Amino acid sequence: MKKVHADLHLCPDLKDSEQVACMIRKASELGYHLIAMSLPPNFSYEKIRWLQNLCKEANVDFASRVDLKLQTSRELISSLRKLRRRFEIIAVMCESKYVARQAAKDRRVDLLNFPFLDFRRRFFDGAEAELASRALASFEIDVKQLITLEGIARIRLLSNLRREAAIAKEYHVPIVISSGVSNELLMRKPRELAALASLFDLNEASAIEAVSENPVTIVKRNKEKLSPRFVAPGVRIIRKGKDC
Amino acid sequence: MLKRVRRRYLALEIDSDEVFSSKEFMDAFWGAVLKLYGEYGASWIGLSLIDYDMEKRFAVIRTAHTTLGMVRTALASITRIGNKPAAIHISTVSGTIKALYKKIKQ
Repeated sequence: MKKVHADLHLCPDLKDSEQVACMIRKASELGYHLIAMSLPPNFSYEKIRWLQNLCKEANVDFASRVDLKLQTSRELISSLRKLRRRFEIIAVMCESKYVARQAAKDRRVDLLNFPFLDFRRRFFDGAEAELASRALASFEIDVKQLITLEGIARIRLLSNLRREAAIAKEYHVPIVISSGVSNELLMRKPRELAALASLFDLNEASAIEAVSENPVTIVKRNKEKLSPRFVAPGVRIIRKGKDC
Repeated sequence: MLKRVRRRYLALEIDSDEVFSSKEFMDAFWGAVLKLYGEYGASWIGLSLIDYDMEKRFAVIRTAHTTLGMVRTALASITRIGNKPAAIHISTVSGTIKALYKKIKQ
């Protein structure tokens, strides 16, 4: 069966509709079947529908995503309560250790992302991975910095990513490789994203999984949960009516 | 006895609004390889430019089959050619030039 490739982190300027359309078309040309864009928490349903239509025209599936960048775990819990049923993907940019730990253990969080340039605030260690593996959260790696940084900054980033990818593998935390780009010239084909993962010692099979099965599973699971037919994991309404 | 070197031919598309000479293209490629793998790593790649069409923004390169992964990574890491923004995408990979052009035509 043909693999479905996904890029769950495109960050176009949503005010520039031409750029948004351009990036969607580019994603389709590069071989993606599913994309997600980082949307602000107050993004209206109409605009989401507009994005869905643009993706439909380009033959790509669309998933709505929100990136939470919060200072305290209390704020995170409150935001999750408000936003979980509005967005298909919830990613948390873990900028403090408390937020990182709360995000890792909360089952409503799908993706854990860490600041790339501030290496002291990359909190993905063994404890974080253990919590994430129990709560089904995935570890997201954006390749944007990997291709735009140079010199010592890239060396340090690669060294951190190598350690974190090994931790994720040890604790069976799924890795999701996304582009994280806001410019279409920085977008890469799925195989190229997977090739970049070899820089932090991810083998080819795991890297391809990180751009196909792992992101697709998250979106499929959440779309099912958000559907009106969902009752509980494994239980859904098949038919309604008097004859049931 | 020396082992025969197996090769891979790659058809590349250059994604940019600008036009680049083959020298600028190869400089960008070698620059990326050297940055990521150093001179020792670059010595294994056995790279040569087979075909380059400046107008169509199309190139064919040859590499050793063992270093195909390195070449893919280096190409994906290129963001500029001759100081102008650009990207290089691999469209087809093949074991012979004949099969490569056949695949491209398809």
